[in-house]
Amino acid sequence: MTEIHHNALEGKSHFAGIWVFLEGRKGSLRDVSVQLIGEGRRLADRRGVPLTGVLPGHDVEALARHAIGYGLDRVVVVDHPLLEIYRSRPFTKVMATLIIRHKPEIVLYGASKNGRDLGGRLHAVLETGLAADCVKFDLDDDGNLDMIRPSFGGKSLAHILCKQHRPQMASARRNVFLAPRHDPSRQGAIVHEAVEISDADLDAKLLEFTEFVREGGARPDEAGIVVSGGYGLGDPKNFGMLQELADLLGGAVAASRKAVDSGWIPKEFQVGQTGMTVRPKVYFAIGISGAVQHLAGMQESGKIVAINIDPKAAIFEIADYGIVGNLFQIVPEMIQQLKELKARPAKTVEAVATIR
Amino acid sequence: MPTGGPIRIVVCIKQVPKAQELQVDPKTQTLKRVGVPSEINPPDANALEFALRIKDDMPAEIVVLSMGPTSFDESLERAIAMGADRAVLLTDRILGGSDTVPTAHALSETIAKIGGYDLILCGEETTDASTGHVGPGIAGHLAIPQVTYISEMRIVDGKVRARRTAEDGSEWWETAMPCLLTVNFGCNRPREPTLSGKIRVKRGGVIVHWSCADVGIDPNKVGLRNSPTIVAKVDTVHLPPRARKLFQGEAREVVAQLLKALVEDGVIAP
Ligand SMILES: Cc1cc2nc3c(=O)[nH]c(=O)nc-3n(C[C@H](O)[C@H](O)[C@H](O)COP(=O)(O)OP(=O)(O)OC[C@H]3O[C@@H](n4cnc5c(N)ncnc54)[C@H](O)[C@@H]3O)c2cc1C
Ligand SMILES: Nc1ncnc2c1ncn2[C@@H]1O[C@H](COP(=O)(O)O)[C@@H](O)[C@H]1O
Repeated sequence: MTEIHHNALEGKSHFAGIWVFLEGRKGSLRDVSVQLIGEGRRLADRRGVPLTGVLPGHDVEALARHAIGYGLDRVVVVDHPLLEIYRSRPFTKVMATLIIRHKPEIVLYGASKNGRDLGGRLHAVLETGLAADCVKFDLDDDGNLDMIRPSFGGKSLAHILCKQHRPQMASARRNVFLAPRHDPSRQGAIVHEAVEISDADLDAKLLEFTEFVREGGARPDEAGIVVSGGYGLGDPKNFGMLQELADLLGGAVAASRKAVDSGWIPKEFQVGQTGMTVRPKVYFAIGISGAVQHLAGMQESGKIVAINIDPKAAIFEIADYGIVGNLFQIVPEMIQQLKELKARPAKTVEAVATIR
Repeated sequence: MPTGGPIRIVVCIKQVPKAQELQVDPKTQTLKRVGVPSEINPPDANALEFALRIKDDMPAEIVVLSMGPTSFDESLERAIAMGADRAVLLTDRILGGSDTVPTAHALSETIAKIGGYDLILCGEETTDASTGHVGPGIAGHLAIPQVTYISEMRIVDGKVRARRTAEDGSEWWETAMPCLLTVNFGCNRPREPTLSGKIRVKRGGVIVHWSCADVGIDPNKVGLRNSPTIVAKVDTVHLPPRARKLFQGEAREVVAQLLKALVEDGVIAP
């Protein structure tokens, strides 16, 4: 069970080039990987170095070609049947071997569950720095990567430097970097690399996979209006009411982690530090208390509306508009009034507002 | 590999300031950490609960492990009172300022010293560092299997089965022991300390303090000086000021006021 141990400190000057770990999924790239290629391109141009994508997988040649179109100079492909799905040990072995072989100065990962699983194991065996969940990158005067990440639920931003060790590694949050346009005519090299992987590297078996299914509706991270429900909803069926509200507003439904953990709505609707970041024009927090981990995912929204029965709920502190009240009265009332607005536009707003 | 005797479970717990109580000092623009009450890092409490449930079902010994100052004893005592058998606190001034690389190194060395482990449980991430890197780092050092972000687990025929939540779906993994799992926050309800547990704490002798020398940890591998990363600076985030306008009264009235305000702001169509 030997695993590569390597102190990356030696010979820092031998390290060159920027790498992006590419995560494939069902024949395409995960969105965070695409976003990272854009950011990697910007950094590589500033450093004047090539940008390489690394794609471990099986039968991924076409995907590698496609990836180049997003702005890569080359893609390193490691093809092996055991790499068909993400597995901690084989992927760590592949990345460690390639990094020791080619010595990139920067390696970036998407902060997906797999990206964090891989990075965490890898940085320990390589003994080099890894900054998690970065939202911004810069280069300092000495050419070190300035890895900028939220700390304490986004109340502050920490600048992390890895000055002596190489490669400098970081994971990046999803949906903070813009996805670059795809240019199918872009030229780049595909480089096949062999890394020895055997059944001995297979230390865990995937028994079962149940895909989360999204039942139509807009994606919260792309919607202009987000109607988010929390534990205050009390029951999964009440998300139906939020969906109706979201439909009337032309928005999308989302949720707090506690609603997700209760099994009321799939994980992919979760907003917050361990979910997604959203920045809609309006964010409705309904029956959500406003824990820092939740705020981390929505505090940059245009307007924040809070509906909560508890006047002391933390969510009111960052709300533009708050209604202290029972969501089971407020939400149906909103639905009702929005329907009225739809039926008789323009005048109704004043008409309703003047009822006293 | 368990050989019929009790299995040994090591649960890594960190003591953290209660996230909800952390405030930015308006004068210094830094986080006020003094006087903030502490707790067991919430997902670590979920990890401990899994260990305790295993112990409810089969012979097991639960060792809680933490690295930090002696004030962390408070959380270790709570873990014992909840039902853990014993605790190890790795505490040494030279560990100060360790990032995830030395932390994973020091914890894995300490686990190796504890020895005979079958299962290592960590939280998915801490609320203060929030990297989630220490668990996989320990697994990498010990060269054992890891399954991260798990919400359910059981031991079947001497193997661990665990349900991992990824972005796209949920995965059931099976792996031999020894292995390391990182546990999702909120996936179970950590039990309360019991009276008999509290008595065991009172009697003493259940928590040991080890220094780096006790474990045989190389001083050139830990601490701020041997951490690859440094925090060069911290910027306070200046969030847009919020109006914090509260509407009060009858449902019909407050909703009308809210909709009017949103229409006037131009964020919803009239
Ligand atoms: C490591 C870690 C990561 C985390 N990541 C995330 C994350 O990404 N996203 C996230 O959201 N959380 C996250 N959390 C969890 C977070 O700390 C909170 O536990 C969670 O956000 C609470 O969800 P909630 O507001 O829905 O539930 P609660 O805190 O239980 O709040 C429910 C609210 O509903 C209100 N309410 C109840 N009934 C009514 C009613 N009839 N009408 C109106 N209001 C009502 C209550 O007053 C209360 O304020 C994380 C925690 C940890 C430890
Ligand atoms: N100082 C520590 N002592 C014990 N366990 C720790 C410590 N730091 C991190 N851990 C464990 O590693 C997990 C992930 O921590 P982190 O990588 O800091 O987010 C935590 O949930 C703990 O289980």
